[in-house]
Amino acid sequence: MSQPAEPRVQSFVLLRLGERRFAIAANQIAELVPPSRVFRFPHRTPEVEGVIVRRGRIVPVCDVGGRLIGRSLKSLRLYLIALRRYGAQAEWVALPVTGECELINAEMSLASSADSPHVAGWLSHAGDVIEVLNLNALTPGPSDTGAPAATPAAEEARP
Amino acid sequence: MRPVPAAKQGAARTEQIILFRVGGELFAVSSASVQEVRGVDSLGGSATELSQPGLRKVRHIVRRGGKTVYVVNGAMHFGLPTTPAALVFVLRGTRTALLIDGIEKMTAMTRLQALPKAFCNEERQWYRGLTSLDQSVVPVVAPEGFLTPEEVALLDAGLQSEETTEAGTDDEETEWTQ
Repeated sequence: MSQPAEPRVQSFVLLRLGERRFAIAANQIAELVPPSRVFRFPHRTPEVEGVIVRRGRIVPVCDVGGRLIGRSLKSLRLYLIALRRYGAQAEWVALPVTGECELINAEMSLASSADSPHVAGWLSHAGDVIEVLNLNALTPGPSDTGAPAATPAAEEARP
Repeated sequence: MRPVPAAKQGAARTEQIILFRVGGELFAVSSASVQEVRGVDSLGGSATELSQPGLRKVRHIVRRGGKTVYVVNGAMHFGLPTTPAALVFVLRGTRTALLIDGIEKMTAMTRLQALPKAFCNEERQWYRGLTSLDQSVVPVVAPEGFLTPEEVALLDAGLQSEETTEAGTDDEETEWTQ
């Protein structure tokens, strides 16, 4: 007889967008970086604001503020570098956040079918119920991606 | 624990590129992709204006060595404010001539990073990738990305119909004068 799955304690990074807090699984986070210069060039993906250069790599800045809190973060902000999976590959994306982030351990309740696709689950912390974000649904990418990947892609075109 | 040192690489491969501006924005193109650079003024005599352009970004054609080359307005292609074009790149291996504001400089790139997958729309056809240069990031254009095969087919069809109409008009005029 099968037992219902018990919630498991996991590590999450709590981030702040304006006045709201969200969480991302800690194993998807690389680092929090200070305000950086955003390089912009013409393109047709409105959710991507531009790119920053981090450790020699060019990382797209995905503006998730509009979708999560109804506005973009324009004032002083930090960038949370997170791993976004694209099928068998994964790449870093930079998410603008307000202020410092916090690492916590918590139990996550899985999202229900009534939740938005960008909600991976929910957790309770310090009296707040916090959305755990699903980066694959929150940030743009080709729609034909499926299987998860383990490591960031080192895709490089050869000059 | 110390990080594993990066594997030693041989001499960095470089690629000669031309930095140019379109609509005030900076782009790069491999110099091997540019067959010819001409001033817009010098193009005037050999360019023919399309009477019914099928694409807003293509208003003129140039005949070169028996083939038709379409002159693409770079600013319109990238959705940038139009600025007076000073130069034209005739792009090798394509049927595209690109109107640009001007050339910034020629330089070399040692690394081309694939366009991040977060960019998931038309720009994937526009660019070969991105390169870091002089503490900036510059998109490297794909010469074949200015006109898709469908756009070329549309332009060819429009041109053919234009030429047929012109021939018909000439015939009618000839008959009429006779």
